[in-house]
Amino acid sequence: MSTRPLLEIRNLRVRVSGQEILKGITLTVYPGEVHSIMGPNGSGKSTLAQVLAGREVYEIVEGEVLYEGEDLLPMPPEERARRGIFLAFQYPVEIPGVSNLYFLKAAVNTIRKQRGLPELDAMEFLALAREKAKLVELDESLLQRAVNDGFSGGEKKRNEIFQMAMLEPRLAILDETDSGLDIDALRVVAHGINALRHPDRAIVLITHYQRLLNYVTPDVVHVLYDGRIVKSGGKELALELEEKGYGWIAEEVSGSPRS
Amino acid sequence: MATPTNIIEELVNREYRYGFVTPVEEEVFPPGLNEDIIRMISAKKNEPEWLLEWRLRAYRYWAKLVEEGAEPRWANVTYPPIDYQAIRYYAAPKRRPKSLDDVDPEIRRTYEKLGIPLEEQERLAGVAVDAVFDSVSVATTFRQKLAELGIIFCSFSEAVQEHPELVRRWLGTVVPYTDNFFAALNSAVFSDGSFVYVPPGVRCPMELSTYFRINASQTGQFERTLIIADEGSYVSYLEGCTAPMRDENQLHAAVVELIALDNATIKYSTVQNWYPGDREGRGGIYNFVTKRGKCLGRNSKISWTQVEVGSAITWKYPSCILIGDNSVGEFYSVAVTNHYQQADTGTKMIHIGKNTRSTIISKGISAGHGQNTYRGMVKIMKGATGARNYSQCDSLLLGDKCGAHTFPYIEVHEPTAQLEHEATTSKISEEQLFYCRQRGLSAEDAVSMIVNGFCKEVLRELPMEFAVEAQKLLGVSLEGSVG
Repeated sequence: MSTRPLLEIRNLRVRVSGQEILKGITLTVYPGEVHSIMGPNGSGKSTLAQVLAGREVYEIVEGEVLYEGEDLLPMPPEERARRGIFLAFQYPVEIPGVSNLYFLKAAVNTIRKQRGLPELDAMEFLALAREKAKLVELDESLLQRAVNDGFSGGEKKRNEIFQMAMLEPRLAILDETDSGLDIDALRVVAHGINALRHPDRAIVLITHYQRLLNYVTPDVVHVLYDGRIVKSGGKELALELEEKGYGWIAEEVSGSPRS
Repeated sequence: MATPTNIIEELVNREYRYGFVTPVEEEVFPPGLNEDIIRMISAKKNEPEWLLEWRLRAYRYWAKLVEEGAEPRWANVTYPPIDYQAIRYYAAPKRRPKSLDDVDPEIRRTYEKLGIPLEEQERLAGVAVDAVFDSVSVATTFRQKLAELGIIFCSFSEAVQEHPELVRRWLGTVVPYTDNFFAALNSAVFSDGSFVYVPPGVRCPMELSTYFRINASQTGQFERTLIIADEGSYVSYLEGCTAPMRDENQLHAAVVELIALDNATIKYSTVQNWYPGDREGRGGIYNFVTKRGKCLGRNSKISWTQVEVGSAITWKYPSCILIGDNSVGEFYSVAVTNHYQQADTGTKMIHIGKNTRSTIISKGISAGHGQNTYRGMVKIMKGATGARNYSQCDSLLLGDKCGAHTFPYIEVHEPTAQLEHEATTSKISEEQLFYCRQRGLSAEDAVSMIVNGFCKEVLRELPMEFAVEAQKLLGVSLEGSVG
């Protein structure tokens, strides 16, 4: 494990529409690690993912985020993406009229340019896309279709992992990629994620349920509750949550159960 | 941190790139319109008596409309009354070239700046260009090569001199001077334009194009284009337009007439980028244009494709009258309104012949305070058995101060006709933009990509040489206009 953290979040407090959602998050992620962030609905999981990716509707109240040792928060979203941050969206967005391949080619080449690599021509790109599509068993016809347009829920999620494989991020944040997947699709997606584990790459899995972790074994599990990381541990913490639900965490934190 | 709204503003504030003025000495008529001015225009062009008479009849008809206060006001656009006596109806460079090599270097440079080379061996080698500068055509390329195939491609003025029989036979047969207020005005004062005749069985081997440039101030441009595709012929024609940036509004009232005989096809494409006015809506061209094609022959086809991004106000309805049995009319349109631009545009498809078919694909994009109206009519006359129409009108809103309006009219007198109409309105959402940026694309590239995706069905109808230009143009006039 490298000595230098890839991502360091220190006491991050975030507000949206006047309401504080993240109330002081501290988290350090090293290259090669897989972290799982679990928590009940409304605990701030997706907010954390969106803030890291650079969504502009959030107000940073306090704290800092370092990515590869640099201050992440002033960077616009495209800059973060070009430096290797990838967010697999909980609700992938449809872009009618823009083919998946065309969209990704633009993205891949923008990011390659940033890394000082030559742009891929159409043939090279297509070959790469076909190879990566196999990884998540994404039907090739979906490559020609408009981005996420008319895709089923499962196809959208696979498409996210496919994009991740194409863009080869350093830090991948997967926001509830497992939600809405049937068991077969879950296995395929998990297989894709495992294939993308790499000593230089960190993966943050945000999930409500433990079931994805049956297939992808995290190094660390964090419990996010009411805007704070209230517990961290190994894989067994996830199993404990699965068994007992989130209620006991609530009691442990505040002494009063929360629905 | 940059918000989407900031990005819009930055991008929307880009300058119009074609706003320069060419320092060339021009002969201009005094402002105002009367029979003497019309006689002067006609005399300048050494026109035959019949044409002068036609102009005068048009003028008298127009003058009557003015007297009756019959200037059309039904379009969904607003502008202060136009003072027709304050407009100059003729402006032309003093030095007239004797040949292509003799074109005034200033004018040559102007077209080079606009990306339109007047050298025949230049990069647009597959395109013949007629360059219209204010009221006159200053150059037409590849005439000789086209003439070898019997194709006539020249300025309207030359056609009147060299092919009077063709002009006389077809002029006003599609758009009579009584058609509407602006068509009447154009018929009275039109100064130049392009003329195309493609003989039977000839497939025109290159794109024909006219590039309209307004240069002189306080001047209106009134050009007239006439294209005749004889039996079994094919021609693809493209027009482009730009004008200098000025605080005043300038009137451009053109008439285009297309005639397709048996088994002939005319493809007519427009990339309109007249000066749209500034951010506050000052200045810009009033683009009041009548364009119509007649599918006279059996199995004939007329296809209009337009990309309208310029002009303060656009008022045009490129239409098809489908007379020949099995004839086909098509209308593919992208209309963009940004800042305070207004557009009221669409088409009319008049089905008269049997088994006539028409397709309408309209994409309206509104940004800033732009107002974009689609107005279209599909009319199926009695006897047009088996007629079919498919219409699709999509609107895309960028921001929350702009508007999209749709007025489809349908009139059916034939029970066997089949019509379909689909319409959608959508916005570029903040989510879409963020999604693209999260994948590394800049906001500009993202908007440009989304807009081009939205317009794809139309852009792919453009001749290849211009499709790329049009895509870039859309990007420049719109990118980032998201709120």
